[in-house]
Amino acid sequence: MTTRNVDVFYGEKQAIKDVSIDVTMDNVTAFIGPSGCGKSTFLRCLNRMNDTIPIARVTGDITLEGEDIYAPKMDVVQLRARVGMVFQKPNPFPKSIYDNIAYGPRIHGLASSKDELDNIVETSLQRAGLWGEVQDRLQDSGTALSGGQQQRLCIARAIAVDPEVILMDEPCSALDPIATAKIEELIHELRGKYAIVIVTHNMQQAARVSQRTAFFHLGTLVEYGVTSDIFTNPTEEKTRDYITGRYG
Amino acid sequence: MNSSATFVEERNPTDWQSRAMQQRIRKRYAAERRFKALGISAIILSAGFLAFLMIVMVGNGLRGFTQTELPVEIDFPAMTGGASADQFKGANGPANLRTLGVQDIVNTSVQIQYGEEGSELFSAGGWQTVNQEILKNPQIVETKTTLYLPVESEIDVAFKGSGSETAEDMVAELKDQLSTGFNWNFLTNSDATDPMQVGIWGALKGSLITMFITLLIAFPIGVLSALYLEEYAPKNRFTDLIEVSINNLAAVPSIIFGLLGLAVFLNLFGLPRSAALVGGLTLALMTMPVIVISGRNAVKAVPPSIREAALGIGASQMQVVFHHVLPLALPGILTGTIIGMARALGETAPLLMIGMRAFIATPPGGIVEPATVLPVQIFLWSDEVNRGFVEKTSAAIIVLLLFLLTMNALAIYLRNRFETRW
Repeated sequence: MTTRNVDVFYGEKQAIKDVSIDVTMDNVTAFIGPSGCGKSTFLRCLNRMNDTIPIARVTGDITLEGEDIYAPKMDVVQLRARVGMVFQKPNPFPKSIYDNIAYGPRIHGLASSKDELDNIVETSLQRAGLWGEVQDRLQDSGTALSGGQQQRLCIARAIAVDPEVILMDEPCSALDPIATAKIEELIHELRGKYAIVIVTHNMQQAARVSQRTAFFHLGTLVEYGVTSDIFTNPTEEKTRDYITGRYG
Repeated sequence: MNSSATFVEERNPTDWQSRAMQQRIRKRYAAERRFKALGISAIILSAGFLAFLMIVMVGNGLRGFTQTELPVEIDFPAMTGGASADQFKGANGPANLRTLGVQDIVNTSVQIQYGEEGSELFSAGGWQTVNQEILKNPQIVETKTTLYLPVESEIDVAFKGSGSETAEDMVAELKDQLSTGFNWNFLTNSDATDPMQVGIWGALKGSLITMFITLLIAFPIGVLSALYLEEYAPKNRFTDLIEVSINNLAAVPSIIFGLLGLAVFLNLFGLPRSAALVGGLTLALMTMPVIVISGRNAVKAVPPSIREAALGIGASQMQVVFHHVLPLALPGILTGTIIGMARALGETAPLLMIGMRAFIATPPGGIVEPATVLPVQIFLWSDEVNRGFVEKTSAAIIVLLLFLLTMNALAIYLRNRFETRW
């Protein structure tokens, strides 16, 4: 996935200024930066979730495997299936665990039989590391799970439609450290199968889970590179200040 | 740093035990107690009014469900010239019964037993009770049977409570023979001129048909409007105008909707007067804004995270709305719908405008036949001079209230069924 010269406006206010980033399929990419720097806004451009905000306007090129995702002929519904998303607050549907996972495959017609659907549900839950905990109670409500389990359920739900990219918007900010560790472990395992982009406030987390890191500040991309370089030897002074805790 | 440190030092330690402080605390507690007492007295007052209403209604109304009866001995074999029970069985029964001349048989029997003036003791339509008895149990035409027939309205009122002087005298005379029976006719008959023969069924059926039409029109249109306005419509000056209009429409006095119905449905579309269809359409106009407003609030209350979740895995806007938003909003929508329907059920004024205040003696057979509804029936009966209608009015109110309670109970059941907790 590549982005070139992306600007985002909320009405008159410019939220993102001239950002160009390549997201590669075999890496986990982390977006870091202080609150309000535009990293979530930028993330939501990648699957056109900003379309739901009437005053938001996006310019520049964002392509997925060479296709311009803002082209008029681009089908938004299909795009969002190809670029899945996990949100800050776990938001399972108030339905059973099974139906939570099966919903995506059902609306996209990915399974032709009940067995196939069962299979998708099982593999998705296994990939999300949740199968062992919920296999006996697939009919229980998804909202009855603990916060960490709910978030993994949401990841499984995203996986179930077989996306190419998974966007995670601060997926651990509402979770305790143990649940956070499990999600991070999961991100490690999913790396290589899906391109993963994660927005995080937690710099240690970015360092732990990502291979590439982008540092945003006031709507601009300050620095983008290999995670270890960003954290040990940043080229920009702003990045150094942020990472060492001078501000943010 | 420095200035704030000096400020802290300058401040005296708070004396929590000082008189002023104690007094302030007492004042706060007193205010709390006053507020609680006020709330409790408000609840007691409203409960008292409700209890008063219920007691008066039930006290008056229950008498409407009973009737005073006198026994009449009818010697069927002698009077019919030996009719057989088989004639009155099956499909031909009612037709054969008409040729039998039951009214004359009853009149003669009454005169034999109570003298020449005997017929005046009985309700004019009382012989129909005999008709029903024969159809229910044809065997009685082959025997000498004693049947209990409803008495004339004045006597009925006098026996139940306080009637006119002449009626009171008659009651005193017949005291040993008069008895009280359940008035089944009240549940199966329609409007009549004789309070002993009136029934609520016609109005009840009219109300049922009217409500059904109202629900059929107002619910889908209201819910779809609410969904469209909340989920699809752009927020601009035009939609603001629509929102204001809907809010105003909900507050328009109901009689004006009656005029609208008169002008549009009767004059413009030429639909039949007094019909349940027109009543239903008119009440639907009145109910729809209520459904739209409550529906919008219910839709608004669905957390945006659910919409994002569905959008995020590639659901289309319509799938988001119908798979996720609507099911979660349904309990709230249903609550609003029931409030609107309950209001429509009790509505009289707009229906008067479209001619539903006619005297309708047969229950409506369809949506375009002349009909009346419970509140209008109550209104009409309350206007009657005959004292027998007083208790019938109260009895009709009880039926209306029961209808209302049933509807509300159904709504609560549905709401709890669809309610999802998260």
